[in-house]
Amino acid sequence: MMKLVTQAVVGCLASVLLVACGGRGEPAAPAQQGSGSGAATPAVLGAEIRMDGSSTLLPLSEAVAEEFQKQRPSRVTVRASGTGGGFQKFCSGEIDIAGASRPIRPAELKACADKGVAFIEVAAAYDALSVVVNPQNSWVDFLTVAELKRMWEPDAQKRVTKWSQVRSSWPDEEIRLFGAGVDSGTYDYFTKAVVGTEHASRGDYTSSEDDNVLVQGVTTDKLALGFFGYSYFAENAGKLRVVPIDDGIAENGPGPVSPSAATVLAGTYQPLARPLFVYVSVASLARPEVKALVGFYVANAARLSKEVGFIPLAAKTSAAVQARFAGGKTGTLFADGSAVGVKLDDALRLAEAGQTAGSGSGAPSVK
Amino acid sequence: MIAMRRRSVPVGEIVFRALCLGAVVVPLVALVALLVAVIAEGVGRLDADFVMRFPSRIASAAGILPALAGSIALVLLTMLIAVPVAVGSALYLEEYGNRGRFAGVIEVNITNLAGVPSVIYGLLGLEIFVRFLALRQSLIAGALTLSLLVMPVIITASRESIRTVPNALREAALGMGATRWSMVRGVVLPMAAPGMITGSILALSRAFGESAPLIIVGAATFITFLPNGVMSSYSTLPIQIFNWVSRPHEAFQTNAAAGIVVLLAAVLCLNAVAVLVRHRLQRRRN
Repeated sequence: MMKLVTQAVVGCLASVLLVACGGRGEPAAPAQQGSGSGAATPAVLGAEIRMDGSSTLLPLSEAVAEEFQKQRPSRVTVRASGTGGGFQKFCSGEIDIAGASRPIRPAELKACADKGVAFIEVAAAYDALSVVVNPQNSWVDFLTVAELKRMWEPDAQKRVTKWSQVRSSWPDEEIRLFGAGVDSGTYDYFTKAVVGTEHASRGDYTSSEDDNVLVQGVTTDKLALGFFGYSYFAENAGKLRVVPIDDGIAENGPGPVSPSAATVLAGTYQPLARPLFVYVSVASLARPEVKALVGFYVANAARLSKEVGFIPLAAKTSAAVQARFAGGKTGTLFADGSAVGVKLDDALRLAEAGQTAGSGSGAPSVK
Repeated sequence: MIAMRRRSVPVGEIVFRALCLGAVVVPLVALVALLVAVIAEGVGRLDADFVMRFPSRIASAAGILPALAGSIALVLLTMLIAVPVAVGSALYLEEYGNRGRFAGVIEVNITNLAGVPSVIYGLLGLEIFVRFLALRQSLIAGALTLSLLVMPVIITASRESIRTVPNALREAALGMGATRWSMVRGVVLPMAAPGMITGSILALSRAFGESAPLIIVGAATFITFLPNGVMSSYSTLPIQIFNWVSRPHEAFQTNAAAGIVVLLAAVLCLNAVAVLVRHRLQRRRN
């Protein structure tokens, strides 16, 4: 018994030492902190600022909160319930700011209106959904949107199972698909852009909410094809090959286009370039700390989004977004809840002229 | 020839022994491999700064301070809530309650509750504590949810330990004119305490590593402050690790590994304390 106790104590001490000293053998010096970046909790101003929503946008919101903290110590929390979960909380007034990887849907718009939650929509950055294959895959040179649709549409389930069924010159081998989980805004956007109907696709593919799992899947399987956010491709560029996409619309650039900052900003990486948004409750904006944070978000989104792997808005677009926020314009630019095929600049210009883009039906922006 | 025969062991015996050995070695090797892999990846990242800093988008500057503080606060609060209630109900069931059909129903329910997946407790906590009692996504809502999760385990362990107290001692105490309460306080509790404390600490170390129910009741993924009260928002170590694991940048995987090492160390310490406490109390009892 005594031996067991000794062992337990030694084990515990060893692990404490491990944590305290670390592998670098640095002395444990918790006292040596000063006012360094984010080291201690300084006096905070104002009540808690609650952010929730898209897990895609999470790295950017975290970066903004971190930098804002240095300027103005405040109590900020960021959660990631997903775009849909975020809107649910946002429209019931539980949170101040919702991150979204797609525009607010008509049903969510109505929920917000019913609860009297008015909001300002702020475009934060672009993401490019990247379609990738294994580097050993020698046959895929590009994909058209029609071919992507043939692979992913609901009817493809159990029927389109070979590469040769997508394009006849490709090998007669199994195709293994990897994609975002069905609860994500990423899935919603991809299905809307490729299949044409939001939230409709085949079910027999490997899905995961964790994009690293998808990266892993494609890097280890020669016959795989997957899609996920640009940052996951960019970080693993050596292990993956990105597939250029041809949308068949000449004005979006002729021929296949690969995702990059340049093609996204030029509007030629269509239809898989998507804007990411934050929605801010007007009621929360009455609190000075929320107003300051969102102001900071809008002003610094470009710089920080590049750091965390998104594609920043062009200076001109960013200026328009900032002006819209400063002017307190409420409502969404996307009346039908979809940003597929809508160019942000056009939408902003239309909004300036007092209309909403998207459905083209001219529905008034909801207060 | 005869001597040889007597010494040879039946085949069944050998096979069984090999199976048992395998049952010990296989999980042990897997565990050691896992530990070595995690520690090898994470240990280089561990230093005082890592423990004392706030999370950051820059992997090398990120730390786990708010997550660690949240985890500790959460487990302490869970202990304050769960242990008294669980020990009380164990005492009631063993010392006061009638052994009727009602007790049987309660017993089956407690045993079943101990096997319910933790996510279900998260959903329960979301409806009752976060929404109905309007505690929002606070430390106390998380602690109450975790309390529900660990209570069945503590109750079961406490009851087992109360049952080991010889009946003769109870009768002796009562026979000398002790009231039921003083018998429980003076005889049963001191004798059952080692088992109760061990059970509680093991249950709490499980709570320390729990993440699924806390995601549901709203532990924050990123937080810029330390919890400063029971109504405060919080983050926890497992959630911080989960967040880092799903990042695209490779450096965050190293952070996650370092976070896992800290989590492991904390849980190991809790378990070591459990062993120590049991040993000391048992020695005093003898």
